[in-house]
Amino acid sequence: MGETRCIGRSASPGVAIGTLFVLETAIAGRRGTGTPEQEDTALGDAIEVAKAELAELIGQAEGEAADILSFQVAMLEDEELAAPARAEIAGGVAADLAWRNALDAQIADYAASDDEYFRARVSDLADIRDRVLQHLSGAQVQALPGGAVIAAEDITPSRFLSHDWKSGGAIVLSKGSPSSHVAMLARARHVPMVVGVDFDTAKLKPGAPAIVDGAAGVIILDPEAESHQAARTRVADDKRLAAEAQHFLKRPAVTGDGSAVAIYINVASPDELAEIDPAICDGIGLVRTELLFHGHHGLPDEEQQHGAYKRILDWAAGRPVIVRTLDAGGDKPIPGLTIEESNPFLGLRGLRLSLKRPEVFRTQLRALCRAAVAGELKIMLPMVTVPAELAEARAHLDAVVVELAQAGIAHRRPPLGIMVEVPSVAVTPERFAADFFSIGSNDLTQYVMAAARDLNSVAHLADTGNPAVLALITRVAAQGAARGIEVSLCGDAASDPALVPHLLRCGLRKLSAAPAAVGRVKAAIAGIDLRS
Amino acid sequence: MTLGTTEATASTLLTHAAGLHARPTLKLTKLAKTFAAKIEIAVKSEGPWIDAKSVVKVMAMKAPKGSTLHFRAEGDKAAEVLAALVALVDRDFDEGAEAETAGAQADG
Repeated sequence: MGETRCIGRSASPGVAIGTLFVLETAIAGRRGTGTPEQEDTALGDAIEVAKAELAELIGQAEGEAADILSFQVAMLEDEELAAPARAEIAGGVAADLAWRNALDAQIADYAASDDEYFRARVSDLADIRDRVLQHLSGAQVQALPGGAVIAAEDITPSRFLSHDWKSGGAIVLSKGSPSSHVAMLARARHVPMVVGVDFDTAKLKPGAPAIVDGAAGVIILDPEAESHQAARTRVADDKRLAAEAQHFLKRPAVTGDGSAVAIYINVASPDELAEIDPAICDGIGLVRTELLFHGHHGLPDEEQQHGAYKRILDWAAGRPVIVRTLDAGGDKPIPGLTIEESNPFLGLRGLRLSLKRPEVFRTQLRALCRAAVAGELKIMLPMVTVPAELAEARAHLDAVVVELAQAGIAHRRPPLGIMVEVPSVAVTPERFAADFFSIGSNDLTQYVMAAARDLNSVAHLADTGNPAVLALITRVAAQGAARGIEVSLCGDAASDPALVPHLLRCGLRKLSAAPAAVGRVKAAIAGIDLRS
Repeated sequence: MTLGTTEATASTLLTHAAGLHARPTLKLTKLAKTFAAKIEIAVKSEGPWIDAKSVVKVMAMKAPKGSTLHFRAEGDKAAEVLAALVALVDRDFDEGAEAETAGAQADG
C-alpha cells in the first residue's frame, strides 16, 4: 500500500509530522426533556456556565486569542442570540434542539455570505453552539493528543486555544477558511494548517502517520520512508532558517563581500502594516492598490484612497513608498471595471485599462498627489508596453497637478516610474523616459517564457532564473545605471533566496520582497560573495 | 446631524478593511451600550434599522467595507451619542491591525 496525497488550500505554512487524530463533530443528545419552564432554565444555566468557562479561558489567553473569546462572550451575553431558541422552547421544543436550530439558522446565514470574512464567522458560532450544547448534555470534550495532526470538517477557536501546540502538530480541515479566526491563530503560533482538503473525515484512519505541508496545502497519509525523510529534513531546515532569518531581520542587507542591498517590502493594504516593524526594511517597493478597489459598493473615491495612501506613508515615516496605479485585469479582475477576455493576460489590463477609464485613473492620481505631501511617495505604472502610454499617463498627471494647484489643495508631484514586465520594455528600456524602473519579474517571466504562472503543467518553464530572463534584467539594470535612475525588482523572485544571488549578479541592488521573506532574503544576501 | 433635539441621525463611510466584523462590531456595540439613548444602525438610509447595542444583530448585518453606516438615536444626548459612534468608525475603530489578507497574492 503506497502513500495517499490529499490537496487543500494553504491557511498557515510550515511542515508537521504526526499521527492523525480525527475530531468528531457530533455532540451527544440529551436524555429526556422537561416542561418549557425547566427547559428554559436549563438553557439559561448552560449559557451561564459557557460564559464562565470562556471568561476563565480569557484569563489565560492574550492578544488575538483573548479578543476572539471576548467576542464569543459578548455574543452569549446578548439576549438576541438565544431569543429565537427561547421562543421555540416556549412552544414546547426541547432546549438542546431549540438552541441548535437557532444557532444553525445564524450559521447558515453567515455561510451564505459572499464575503469570506463573514463566512469565516461560522466557526465562531459553531463554537458557541457546541459549548452550550455540551453543558446541556453534560458530554465530555474529546482531549486532543499533543503533536497530533488534527483532522476535522472544521475546528472552533476555543478548541484550538484549549490545546497545547508546543509539542507540534497541524490542522487539516475538509471545510474551513484561511480567513477564519483559527487560521489567524495558527499563523500566529506557527501551526501548519490546510483547509478545504479533498478528503472525507469519516473515512480517515485515526492514528495513521501523516505529514502536512502547510504552505503547499498538501497532506501525505501513510507516507513512504522517502517522504518521511524529506519532511524531517524540511522541519530541521525550517528551524535553522527561521533562526537565521530572525538574526538578520532588522540588520541592513549586505553581501559577504560588503555590497549594500536595499530591501523594500510589497504590501497590499494599510492594514497589514500594523503587524510589520518598519525597521526591517528600507521602504515599500510596491503598494498594490487592487484591494482598495474590491469593496462591495463600487470603486473607492478620492477621499478613501487618500486616507489609505496617507496611512501607508505615515507608517513608512520618511522611507520611500512606491505606489502602483491600479493593475486590474489578467489574474486580478475587478467587478464593474475589467471585462471578460479570452486571454486576459494579453488583454486590457494594468495601465491599458487605466487609460481607457481616465476618470478612474485621474481620481487615483489626485489621491496620490495629495497623499505625497505626507512622505516620499512615488507613482508606478503597471503593464507599460510602448512609450506613448507613458506619455499619455504623464499628461494625465500634469493635468491633475494643475487642477489641484488651481483649487488650492495641498499636493506634491511624485516621480513617475514604470514597471518593466512586458518584454517590449525590457528589450529596449532606453526608449522609456521614466523616473525609475521596477522589474515585475512574474509577468516578465511569463511573457518571455510563454508559460502561465498559474499552470502546474508548465511550471518548470515559468522560471525567472532562465538565462533569457536574467539577460533582460541585466539589460534594464545597466540602462538604469547609465541614466542614473533607480532600478528595483518587485516580483516573487525577490523573495526567493535561491534566485536572489542571480538578481544581484544581474546588477540589481534594490529588491522588494514579501514582508514574511525579508529575514531569509537578508540571510541569503549575507552568504553571497559577488567577487566569486 | 441635528443638535439639541432628542432625536438625531448621522451617517459615515465604513473603511475598515474587513468590514464590520467581529472586533469592530464589539467595539461599536460596547460604546453604544454606554449610552441610555435608544440607538439604531442601518446600511441603508431607509432601513431596516437594527438595535446598535446588540452584537448579534449588528454582526448579522454583515456590513462590508465601503458601506455607508446610518445611525439614529432617540433620547438623552442623542446628537452626542451619534457623534461618538461616528468618531469611532472614522478612527477605524482605533486599530490598524487585524484585517489580514488571505494569503499573499502573487505579483509583478
